Amino acid sequence: MDPTLLDARMALALGTGFYTAGVLYGGLSLLLRRRHSRIGSYGLMVLGWSAQTLGLLLRGQATHSCPIGNTFEVLQFVAWSSSLLYLFVGPVFRTSLFGFFSAGMAMLLGLGSLIVPAWDTAERLRPFGTDPVVALHASLALFSYGVFALLCLTSLMYLLRHRDLRRKRLDGSFALLPSIVELDHINLRLLAVGLALLSAAIVLAGLHWHAHLGLLLPGKLAATMLVWLFYAVALVQRLRQRWVAQRFAWVGLLLFIIPVLSLWLVVPQRRAATPQQPAAITTAPTP
Amino acid sequence: MSRQEPQLLLLGASHHTAPLEIRERFALAAEQRTALAASLRAETALREFCILGTCNRLEIYAVGDDPAAARCIAAALCSIKGIEPQLFAAHALERRGASVVAHLFAVAAGLDSQMVGEAEILGQVKDAYATACTAGHVGPVLNRVFQKAFQSAKLIRSGTSIGEGQVSVATVAVALAEKIFGELRTSRVLVIGAGDIAEKTAKALRSRGAGAISFANRTPARAMELASEFGGAALPFAELGGSLARFDIVVSSTASPDPVLTLPLVSTAIHARASRPLFLIDLALPRDVAPAAAELPNVFLYNLDDLARLADENIAHRRAEIARARSILDGRAATLWHKLAPGDATTTATTQYSAAHGRSGVATSATESTHLR
Repeated sequence: MDPTLLDARMALALGTGFYTAGVLYGGLSLLLRRRHSRIGSYGLMVLGWSAQTLGLLLRGQATHSCPIGNTFEVLQFVAWSSSLLYLFVGPVFRTSLFGFFSAGMAMLLGLGSLIVPAWDTAERLRPFGTDPVVALHASLALFSYGVFALLCLTSLMYLLRHRDLRRKRLDGSFALLPSIVELDHINLRLLAVGLALLSAAIVLAGLHWHAHLGLLLPGKLAATMLVWLFYAVALVQRLRQRWVAQRFAWVGLLLFIIPVLSLWLVVPQRRAATPQQPAAITTAPTP
Repeated sequence: MSRQEPQLLLLGASHHTAPLEIRERFALAAEQRTALAASLRAETALREFCILGTCNRLEIYAVGDDPAAARCIAAALCSIKGIEPQLFAAHALERRGASVVAHLFAVAAGLDSQMVGEAEILGQVKDAYATACTAGHVGPVLNRVFQKAFQSAKLIRSGTSIGEGQVSVATVAVALAEKIFGELRTSRVLVIGAGDIAEKTAKALRSRGAGAISFANRTPARAMELASEFGGAALPFAELGGSLARFDIVVSSTASPDPVLTLPLVSTAIHARASRPLFLIDLALPRDVAPAAAELPNVFLYNLDDLARLADENIAHRRAEIARARSILDGRAATLWHKLAPGDATTTATTQYSAAHGRSGVATSATESTHLR
């Protein structure tokens, strides 16, 4: 199929459809207490991520910028980031439900973005102008949010596994989850990677704002720094062995509320502060 | 029929009648068992007896004058263990006549075990019987009943697939360890005590990759012996407290009447382990690990009851085999009882056995004789 004829939104919807299929497949296996095929689950994630990549690519070509110009795109980008990470990290887990949970996260973000038409405004933001540093900053920041989304997911998996072990149940629905030690290690690594990405994004933004102080949005800066601070505290506390095991998992789960809330704070500020561009977001790429 | 005719009877408690915290109060240490045997031997109402004590049951099989025999068994047991007679009565298992035969057959065959179909119980029944034989506590009735029980148990194991597909306590412990730690290659294991089940668990852990296995025992020579067998290390029992934090998986199976791993000891260990969880497998009765340790963060404590329940969760597909085994044992128990108590005893035995197992009998009789002839 000629990609130029593909509607970007349709491709993104198709990606969400594949993620939903992954959730249904995994959910059905859980209900029937049958071990699901990891290849099948992984394959659906690959298909979903590929369709999503195509959709975001088409959007990027149409707008000549990173496709994070409105809430719809931001949510899709976060889902794309966490799915990409799963595709790298997922095979490390042997018999696990990581694919099921990742598909669930991508499905929720994807459906959420599709359900509210107002989030995909025709008049979209073009916040980065032609400055690639700012585009890279935003991409890295949102990619770190994708990592934090995955951390939220693995933290939930930890808590479910922990609950089953405490309740002394081996045959629960989540019997195939990875061990809690493995999940704890993954959580620590995801937190470190997410924080490193967000730190890099902030440094890049700092370089840009240093030269263009007038473009600095104090609210956006504060929100981003707040996210960074919370996750940095979590990492320090974990490394000092203060927040460990179950407590660390709760932190990983609940902290994701902060980046989600920050997105709601940041997007309107960006909209108010940046010139908007009527974008042909569902058409073929501009020449 | 006189009330003083000899009666085959059984008195005790098992996992069917008493929870773990009660069973551990009934558990007999070696010297207590000797004292109980001496006390029962002195009773004129008792002609024969055999004491069977395992992790899940304390049963005294006896031939004597009922009801005096039952009363003196209960009194001796309560006196030696220092337990209130009311507590014992509330959790007691009591059988008479044919149902004693049927019960022993089921016990020896592993059908009455917490993990149905397990084979260890047959060895434990044989040991109990051998001890009673050596001491001269058994006579013609119990000799016959126990010998037939052994034969029936062997028949069940060879003639049915009751033991197939069974998950052992050791297997469950390993599965749990993997759910906590994943790969066991880097996990450090400590085995406290030298119980058979602890040794099996250590073997199962090693078979799944656990490399560093240490042993602690009150008898250092035994710890050294096991360490040499497993290629591990022996740990002085006195250093247990200071070393606990080094281990990820602790299997404890001592005969200690008091907890070996107390709450402060486990608490200190878990704080020293930072983020790494501690998996405690308590295979002892009375328990070796303070139950309150289960509430500590990052501590996973499983006792015998927990492991047996998990192991028996695969019982569904073996139900048909269990029913077949029970049917075989029904017939054999009834035949033996017929020989022990002739006349009206054929129907009586069937009725009593059926009543004991909650099923309708083949035949019923208004005359219920439980006495031996």
